[in-house]
Amino acid sequence: MQNPTISGLAAAIALASPFVVPGVAAAASDADLKLLRAEIAQMKSNYEQQIAALERRLNAAEATAQKAEVSAQKAETTASRAEQIAAVPPVKQPAPPPAANAFNPAISLVLSGMYTHLQNDPNKTPYRIDGFAPSLGEIGPPSRGFNIGESELSLEASIDPMWSGRLTLALPPENGESPEIEEAFIRSSSLPNGFGLTAGRFLSGVGYLNSQHAHTWDFSDAPLPYQAFFGGQLIDDGLQLKWLAPSDIYFSLGAEAINGMSFPSTNNGKNGVETAAFFANVGGDIGNTQSWRAGASYLTTKPRDRVDDPDIASYAISARTKMLIGDFVYKWKPEDSSGASLKLQGEYMRRHENGDLNYLAGTTNSYDSTQSGWYLQSVYQFLPAWRVGYRYDRLDYGHIDNVDVAAGNIPGLNPYNPSRNTVMFDWSPSEFSRFRVQFARDKARNDITDNQVWLHYIVNLGAHGAHKY
Amino acid sequence: MKILFTLAAMVLTATAVPANAALNILATVPEWAALAQEIGGDKVKVSSATTGMQDPHRIEARPSLVARARNADLLISTGAELEVGWLPVVLRESGNPRIQPGQPGNFEAAQYVTMLEVPTRLDRADGDVHAAGNPHIQTDPRNILRVGQALSKRLGEIDTANAAAYQANLARFAERWTVAIARWEKTAAPLRGALVVVQHASFTYLLNWLGMKQIATLEPKPGVEPSAAYLSDVVAKTSGRGVKMVIRAAYNSPRPAEWFSREANVPIAVLPFTVGGDEKATDLFSTFDLTISRLVQP
Repeated sequence: MQNPTISGLAAAIALASPFVVPGVAAAASDADLKLLRAEIAQMKSNYEQQIAALERRLNAAEATAQKAEVSAQKAETTASRAEQIAAVPPVKQPAPPPAANAFNPAISLVLSGMYTHLQNDPNKTPYRIDGFAPSLGEIGPPSRGFNIGESELSLEASIDPMWSGRLTLALPPENGESPEIEEAFIRSSSLPNGFGLTAGRFLSGVGYLNSQHAHTWDFSDAPLPYQAFFGGQLIDDGLQLKWLAPSDIYFSLGAEAINGMSFPSTNNGKNGVETAAFFANVGGDIGNTQSWRAGASYLTTKPRDRVDDPDIASYAISARTKMLIGDFVYKWKPEDSSGASLKLQGEYMRRHENGDLNYLAGTTNSYDSTQSGWYLQSVYQFLPAWRVGYRYDRLDYGHIDNVDVAAGNIPGLNPYNPSRNTVMFDWSPSEFSRFRVQFARDKARNDITDNQVWLHYIVNLGAHGAHKY
Repeated sequence: MKILFTLAAMVLTATAVPANAALNILATVPEWAALAQEIGGDKVKVSSATTGMQDPHRIEARPSLVARARNADLLISTGAELEVGWLPVVLRESGNPRIQPGQPGNFEAAQYVTMLEVPTRLDRADGDVHAAGNPHIQTDPRNILRVGQALSKRLGEIDTANAAAYQANLARFAERWTVAIARWEKTAAPLRGALVVVQHASFTYLLNWLGMKQIATLEPKPGVEPSAAYLSDVVAKTSGRGVKMVIRAAYNSPRPAEWFSREANVPIAVLPFTVGGDEKATDLFSTFDLTISRLVQP
């Protein structure tokens, strides 16, 4: 209230000065003087009016100030009432559980089981992906009938303020096979500036599906490019460094130095690093209902004497292998209560190998191949617990330059483009269970079209796992 | 090698960027974003991971959330396992040690209020139960104030330079909020003792505050979709008991409540549940204004 008063007076004085000063200095006529006097008188009365107005304002301001004081007092009473409301007995902290198991890791168990109905008996004519060197991994459907799929036991906890750790055991369905260590890693939890370091055995960060556990996939098996180029999934021992940019848009980079135990690598027993992977991802939202992520990955390795079959080994490849992967995923979830959502994803893989092929442990000839594959899939949730999905996957033979392949000596590498159509339908009565039926028309073999039906359940016991995007 | 150089260059630029003047806050749900804005004023930059029309149980660890968590100075979550399906992934991928659990930058609202419906037995056969109790604490305005006090203190600890401003903003908010609570309580006084049916147990704290009584839910177990048989059963069990209304949150599917309303001849109250759950629910005050008016006139 003080400031307007001062500035008002200052303005009045400023206004007056140009008239007063020239008036006094001039040697003027009587008439002029009269006029000037009249003007001054006019101005004087103006000032008086203005000053009176200012005084009135000042009084009003004082009154408001008094009122403010009263309301401040009132506010204090409200504040004490607010304190009363807020001062509810503080929450009782739950008593800590008995000390012996207080620090036990979170345990999560995934049970999965399926029934497969296959037109072609894989025990008679083994599943293979024609035109592509066998990846010796988990490819194709399981055998006919009931089987317990791959159940998984996972333990996870913080180690100390710096690290957390996780172990995942995959329990194979076959009797007599010992559990496989799928993951066993330590991960940094306090590196600054967006860095994250993982060491041990982990799911490689290349591509989109690769870093997700198989039980979270939307279909009951891996797409053909994953089966042909990674033997299902790239899991290896090593180091992974990730960095997330401090930008509003999601942008992350990752690098891995790994052992190369699994396809397409071989463990060469050498010091140093022969297998490395790099990947970059960007992602963001479109409004409140859509989100996306896109990525590019590069893998380089040097397989030595990689065989097609460990028992008979009709040929072995030693090469420099380079792989490129492009992936994207797009999700739409309307802001309504219908429970509907849509997911669209696709990946493209391309592998180049340059080296030698040793045929029947005898002749060695140069080998150069460029092969690729891709899949595109979409899953639509039409009711809160119900989803339907379709996937098309395909491999492109590309070219293989090798004398023995050209001569047709290696039937498995004859030109062929495998493909497959898959439809799935699933029901998830809760967050912890899913029941799926899947139909596939599989043309991975050039002489067989296999119609496959899968009935699959996947359930989660114990700790509530958080899902990746 | 090229990639490594790019990486190194980016790290250098990242560390060279001066700290942003405003405190960066990521809230998991709109109510805490609104509260943080009230208390933080122009000293903070707030964003919410979800909108008022999204089911807070079913959020994904979207890349945009990871990016926002990366830059956050403070993460405000409800806790009590409400965000258990996605927040751990966002925290892990964020590479931001400031907001990890146990750090000052990690604020869980549920720690500052008295939890209701804390289960006496933990078994998933009972549905999607939360071990710490019902997590929808924001439907009682008194809880908002309790969380607000703790939040203003926490803001002052993280951003000591502006601690006085946060304290002053809280005092102003508390004054307006207390007056508003008195008004809401007066308007809703006739509802005391009223029997209601709710779709999901989202409004336990609201009903507790206003002295209303929930006699049934339209979900057989928390988070489990009702069957027609179950709904018929609820109608049969509640008929003749003078049920005043059936309540659902804006993000719930309308079908079960509509069906029940028709069969039992009871009006539906669609409550905003949180800020942004209705076009009229633009801030905390209007959210409760609307909630009370919908309850009084369903």
